[in-house]
Amino acid sequence: MNIVVIGWGSDGAGLTSAVREVLGGARRLADASGGQVVAGALGAAAQDAEAMIAHGADRVLTVEHAALGEADADAYVDAAEAVCRQAGEALVLLPGDRLGWEMAPRLAHRLGAGLVTDCVSVEWDGGRFVMTKPVYGGKAMARLAVTTATQVALVRARTMEALEAAAERTGTVEALSVSPSGGRVRVLERKQEETRGRVRLEDAPVVVSGGRGLGGPEPFETLDEIAQLLGGAVGASLAAVDAGWVPPQAQVGQTGKSVAPDLYIAVGISGASQHVAGMSNSKTIVAINKDPEAPIFRVAHLGVVGDYKEVLPAFLAELRRIKGA
Amino acid sequence: MHIAVCIKQILDPEISPRAFKIDPERKVADPGSASMVIGPFDLNALEVAIQLKERHGGKITVLTLGSADAQDGLRRALAMGADAAVLIDDADVVAVEPSVTARALAAAIRRLDGVDLVLTGRQSGEWDFGQVGALLAEELGMPFVPFVPRLDVVDAGFKLEREADGGLVVVEAPRPCVASITNANDNQPRLPKVKDIMMAKRKPITTYSAAELGLGEAEAGAGANRLEVLDLFIPEVTSECEFVEGEDGAEKGAALARKLAERKVI
Repeated sequence: MNIVVIGWGSDGAGLTSAVREVLGGARRLADASGGQVVAGALGAAAQDAEAMIAHGADRVLTVEHAALGEADADAYVDAAEAVCRQAGEALVLLPGDRLGWEMAPRLAHRLGAGLVTDCVSVEWDGGRFVMTKPVYGGKAMARLAVTTATQVALVRARTMEALEAAAERTGTVEALSVSPSGGRVRVLERKQEETRGRVRLEDAPVVVSGGRGLGGPEPFETLDEIAQLLGGAVGASLAAVDAGWVPPQAQVGQTGKSVAPDLYIAVGISGASQHVAGMSNSKTIVAINKDPEAPIFRVAHLGVVGDYKEVLPAFLAELRRIKGA
Repeated sequence: MHIAVCIKQILDPEISPRAFKIDPERKVADPGSASMVIGPFDLNALEVAIQLKERHGGKITVLTLGSADAQDGLRRALAMGADAAVLIDDADVVAVEPSVTARALAAAIRRLDGVDLVLTGRQSGEWDFGQVGALLAEELGMPFVPFVPRLDVVDAGFKLEREADGGLVVVEAPRPCVASITNANDNQPRLPKVKDIMMAKRKPITTYSAAELGLGEAEAGAGANRLEVLDLFIPEVTSECEFVEGEDGAEKGAALARKLAERKVI
């Protein structure tokens, strides 16, 4: 079966990691099911059509239009629909960033297709595609199949693996002429994410997160010092966000950001399933919590049972010594 | 101003993983003795609607698809501050997935007078498909703004803050439009007072059957669903946590830093 990948955006230097990952996943699924990978390169991604081929696409359909300059979902849904109509019956994969969540249901509706969001795996299994997604706040997993001819899956970041770019891969590039509608929702202002000149949470190699156990906003300053020292970013649990201690952009979890850093340090976070769903792919997980029964220790590699007020200052001092800072 | 808020009554998401069980036959969670509650983001949506009504006046109609039990959720919403409620009886609506849910909700919303704004939670907190808001926008032909923590009325319609890739964006959308609401510290749901809970019992709940909404087998029967649940399971977690030893917290903290260095993580 043919696999369509809808890709957008650019990280400044080329394809985003999200698009590369989904292309890699699509290539494997196309090879398994005996089909081609058709990539839709929308907006800024159209500049990277050749890179899409190098990362696994057989055929790239580009759509460029002024309406795709802003992340206007009305325009993006129109463009994605045009790509899918051109590609015919297929499994359509989209990266699960905010724009993906916004577009996918509307695209599926227009194609009369079933959609599984937040897929952590898509497999070719016994002659059909099987999608797995976390449900009930991560307490359970569901395996689902789409019963319509065209199927849509929204793929969670960092769950598919990108292929190494291979210049010898060949494919075709065609420009699609589409006049996307748009402009019903008008952008008044962009408030760029506050990263204090440092890495974005999603890209950070180290994430230091705090939760309800911290009791207030002040301890986050210590987390910030640790993150700075390690070249990382500060995250938080839903409880800390709801309490107003940190902005919502810092939230890690099923309803916040999905992260998979080399090191994830959870301080005062009990480990509710919905939080774990957003960080369990981290390479090394450290948990600091005074409750030895806290579920976070079930996913942690290194655990400290203790009061963060005692643990963190000594941890920070020793880090400084090791780092020579 | 007429605000429609779509809610879903779900298994309490706060129940511990230990108490969580699955009904393998029906491939859904077995509620056991756990209570049913309004989905957490639906509560945020209700709170946003109520605050909007407090500032600008108007009427809030809360809608849900469910059985007679779902009246509890509607009563709760009425006690919080909604004015009227609509229950779509799910006896003839088999909603395995959100396309059927959205079709039924859209049919009921079309029967309301002059809706200016439709709100949903960003996802249910249960199956978390996160599609109903966007699908309602398509069904009703309205613009859609997702991941909205707060919004207000302006001349042109609504001014909404929304979370987007890379930060918050302020947008303007015309009336009517659909927005899906995300959690923020200023939209935490209020607790209704005893008096409000009593008053809510006298507020109207309109019930529609599938047939009354013009939904037949093709639109709302089992065959209308576009997804099939193959399996629902509780993932096994095998703990491999090494606990850092020490006399007190400070000693453990320092030992932790050394362990990370040993493992070449830092």
